[in-house]
Amino acid sequence: MDFRLNEEQQMLQDTVARLVRGEYEFEKRLKYSESELGFSEDFWKQLGELGLCAVPFPEELGGFGGSGVDVQSVMTELGRGLCLEPYMQTVILGGGIISQAGSDSQKEDWLGRIATGELKVAVGLQEPQSHYNLNDVETRAKKSGDGYTLNGRKGVLIGGHAAGLIIVSARTSGDSRDADGLSLFAIDPEAAGVDRRTYPTMDGAKGCDVFLKDVKVGADALIGTEGKAGDVIQYQAGRAMAALCAEAVGAMEESIKLTLEYLKTRKQFGVPIGKFQVLQHRMVDMSSELEQARSASILAASVANDEASDERTRTLAAAKNIIGRAGQHISEQAIQLHGGIGMTWEYSLAHYAKRLIMINHQLGDDDHHLEAYAGLLQAS
Amino acid sequence: MNMNYTAEELAFRDEVRSFLEQKLPADIAAKVKRGRRMSRADHERWQQILSKQGWYATHWPEEYGGVKWSAVQKHIWDEESCRYGAPRSIPFGVNMVAPVIIKFGSEEQKQQYLPRILSGEDWWCQGYSEPGAGSDLASLKTRAVREGDHYVVNGQKTWTTLGQHANMIFCLVRTNTEVKAQEGISFLLIDMETPGVTVRPIITLDGEHEVNEVFFDNVKVPVENLVGEEDKGWTYAKYLLTYERTGLAGIGASKAALSHLKGIASRQKKNGRPLIEDPSFAQRVAQVEIDLMAAAISNLRIIASVEGGGVPGAESSMLKVRGTEIRQAITDLARRALGPYAQPFVEEELNLDYEGDFLSDQDGAPLSAQYFNMRKLSIFGGSNEIQKNIVTKMILGL
Ligand SMILES: Cc1cc2nc3c(=O)[nH]c(=O)nc-3n(C[C@H](O)[C@H](O)[C@H](O)COP(=O)(O)OP(=O)(O)OC[C@H]3O[C@@H](n4cnc5c(N)ncnc54)[C@H](O)[C@@H]3O)c2cc1C
Repeated sequence: MDFRLNEEQQMLQDTVARLVRGEYEFEKRLKYSESELGFSEDFWKQLGELGLCAVPFPEELGGFGGSGVDVQSVMTELGRGLCLEPYMQTVILGGGIISQAGSDSQKEDWLGRIATGELKVAVGLQEPQSHYNLNDVETRAKKSGDGYTLNGRKGVLIGGHAAGLIIVSARTSGDSRDADGLSLFAIDPEAAGVDRRTYPTMDGAKGCDVFLKDVKVGADALIGTEGKAGDVIQYQAGRAMAALCAEAVGAMEESIKLTLEYLKTRKQFGVPIGKFQVLQHRMVDMSSELEQARSASILAASVANDEASDERTRTLAAAKNIIGRAGQHISEQAIQLHGGIGMTWEYSLAHYAKRLIMINHQLGDDDHHLEAYAGLLQAS
Repeated sequence: MNMNYTAEELAFRDEVRSFLEQKLPADIAAKVKRGRRMSRADHERWQQILSKQGWYATHWPEEYGGVKWSAVQKHIWDEESCRYGAPRSIPFGVNMVAPVIIKFGSEEQKQQYLPRILSGEDWWCQGYSEPGAGSDLASLKTRAVREGDHYVVNGQKTWTTLGQHANMIFCLVRTNTEVKAQEGISFLLIDMETPGVTVRPIITLDGEHEVNEVFFDNVKVPVENLVGEEDKGWTYAKYLLTYERTGLAGIGASKAALSHLKGIASRQKKNGRPLIEDPSFAQRVAQVEIDLMAAAISNLRIIASVEGGGVPGAESSMLKVRGTEIRQAITDLARRALGPYAQPFVEEELNLDYEGDFLSDQDGAPLSAQYFNMRKLSIFGGSNEIQKNIVTKMILGL
């Protein structure tokens, strides 16, 4: 068994790490976050130019044919830099949906432009009432003429304010929370009846809610088979969860590094506070949480692109549960061990903590995934 | 044993309730209950109302305008005022510096400062912590050198809560470098308008301006502003900390926060049902309610022992740790209750006069920010680690 990255994966990770180090030191990150766009267009372009936006796409579609582990390498470094660009939304989730379910012409239209960094995508799977249940969809799409008319509201699309294409789930049949009857549609954010309410998020990014009022789309807006999108949604949400796990590991590693340095340098009572045994043991606990999180991220990456199965679902739920818990534990302890400094805006640590806690609010928190896992428990 | 209130105590509770019903401004209560932003004017308005009632300085002797409440009465006040959404008094003047002035200050200091605290003319802040002196407060470096009839103060204080509003700061300063750290510290009252005082904001992780840095550059402070004796400030500071700590468990505030949480969890939906009916979420809420119940009794036990003539000892350190953990757990759940909507941070919804549509829950906007802000509870007022060190020594004798 060998858990090391192969040469290509290592190169990929190094490339992203170098780029992040150069473009994303903390002060710059604050500026990007405060800008109207909320991230760096320039950094995004570079991701495109270096081929990083094509990592997971199949080679025949102009991609790199990247595995879950390749995606993990990229996401961990983006997490380390607290990068704000909508990579997960656009490349993993948007790109993933189109790759899996899109028609040839949709793939041709969109994937090429995603791969070069030209097109940003936001995906709206949840709604105000859905609380992480991706089948809890009340947005309706009615057949009208050749196409459909959409009504409803999609919630918390990170990066949605800057997206050139929005993909939403909508119900073409069935009742709220039915797994059947869901469809995916591509929407032009500028189309009549589409309204975006943009807001900053707690972790320094930007997102929006999308309000759909009698939005007319053609038949070519449907991605995949009508009423059969449930499986695509679950599958791609799983890939995105794996990506989030990797991102979280990057943020955890930085939080722990900062805290450890602090324990060695901060002096109180005439000694570095790292000499106090209670803080040493806390640091040990945090580090073993990180080890658990690393393993969870590896596990998630290893099954992310597998064929759909209960085993895959269960593994991804487990990983996201561990990441959620470890992220909260590490964030809270890192702040506590820093004392007052850990509470300040000017210092990067607090921003890692905020990102880690918010990752737990994306695609299901630890409670949600514990329940999902429990629902799939196998009697041995 | 008798855990019930006496008839007099019940009558007092009714009095408190009817006062709060009649006098607590509805807009202020709404802000407190719903986690909206409070302005300086809101604090001042409420303080005036309390002062008028004679209920502002509940810790002071009557001769200075205080009110002679028993420990149980204070507890009743705490519970009821939190329940009705009354703002917590900014403690620095009324609950911190005043008891020190009353116990150790000169007659002139009493006459000068106490009435101005009651009337709200002075807004005080606390200048203890320094960049190099947090938990190890005795290592503070801000220097005060006596020159004739004044001290010249140089140095820096930090984490000064609401210092941007304050016109007075009480400081621990070093007046003697020759002796043991604790023995060369003095307690000085400094007018923030004095030339050489600079206040700079520190923005906390939730984007709030709540704390500050305060710089002293050759600040001349009249010797009359020394409280008690030179080099004896540590004693006064420790006396003050016992006052600070007793309130820090925040049981009343936690009860109010818990009931707010239940409100949110009954409006939020999961699988088409109110979230509060979801078994796993309900269990989490139940767990913190159970913990709070026991902490409330611990609190009452301490109160009863004080009432019986005891002094709050290291038990109040245990209660501070437990109480702050409970409060933090409640804010954790409130954020969790919002699901994906814990992410947006919609500033405009923090204002009470916001009239637009709410993105999610009507009280949802502040919840994530509050969760992060409340991390401070286990850091300030003596960090929870320091409280545990106290318990280790004082109670366990280790
Ligand atoms: C929001 C906020 C408001 C505040 N308001 C005020 C104010 O108005 N006025 C004021 O003077 N101060 C104020 N403070 C300062 C507060 O009292 C200090 O932050 C606190 O005393 C901790 O000091 P520190 O931040 O320097 O952390 P440090 O003392 O550096 O502690 C860092 C970590 O080490 C731990 N530690 C330190 N010593 C030990 C030990 N011996 N054993 C085990 N663990 C240890 C601490 O518990 C903490 O986890 C405020 C702080 C905050 C965050």
